[in-house]
Amino acid sequence: MLHIVNKSPFQTTTLESCLRMAQPGHALLLIEDGIYAATVGSAAESRVRQACASLKVYALQADMDARGVTAKLIDGVTLVDYAGFVDLTAEYSTSHSWL
Amino acid sequence: MSEQQATTPSGPTVKKFMFVNRKAPYGTIYALESLEVVLITATFDQDVSLVFIDDGVYELVKGQQTKGIGIKNFSPSYRALDGYDVEKLYVDQASLEQRGLTEKDLLVPVEVLDAQQMGQLMAQQDVILSF
Repeated sequence: MLHIVNKSPFQTTTLESCLRMAQPGHALLLIEDGIYAATVGSAAESRVRQACASLKVYALQADMDARGVTAKLIDGVTLVDYAGFVDLTAEYSTSHSWL
Repeated sequence: MSEQQATTPSGPTVKKFMFVNRKAPYGTIYALESLEVVLITATFDQDVSLVFIDDGVYELVKGQQTKGIGIKNFSPSYRALDGYDVEKLYVDQASLEQRGLTEKDLLVPVEVLDAQQMGQLMAQQDVILSF
């Protein structure tokens, strides 16, 4: 399944709860303020790197660009555009937007 | 209210206003709304300070390109604050560090304060508005 997280890891525990429940082979897509978790040097970096070992982790490029942090992308996280976002929702039979 | 409010010779009372910014830009409307109120306040010749704490530090990150999300990039406005005599910008050091950011990542000159300095600065204000 596909987990979609749109909240900053510093503002809520959404990402943490999602990662506790996500199973190996699931995908995680970071969008909106959720993309800050995919930046190097942040306190969330090690948690996301750990997640990359068992999940496919994606971040929406438009949201990274908007926030000026695309160059800080953690390697192991894959950038997607809006079409890629749609493809992911089609690829996985279940999606959960963690609001 | 402060017992020592400065006044201009003939004009109205000048109060110390602090705007506390704690949200990332674009994900919510808070950052933009704060900036709007800051500009209005400055128009009334008030003593304005902006502080950036927690995700608020992301408001000042250089290189924001918002074309892809269809939202106006308001970050250049922080550079214009100088023109409204809003020159007191303070950033919380721990918030920067927790996010892997340094002053070099920011688009305007700021003063980086530790928590104690930030707390003391807050205590000196007449009005504190939180966004």
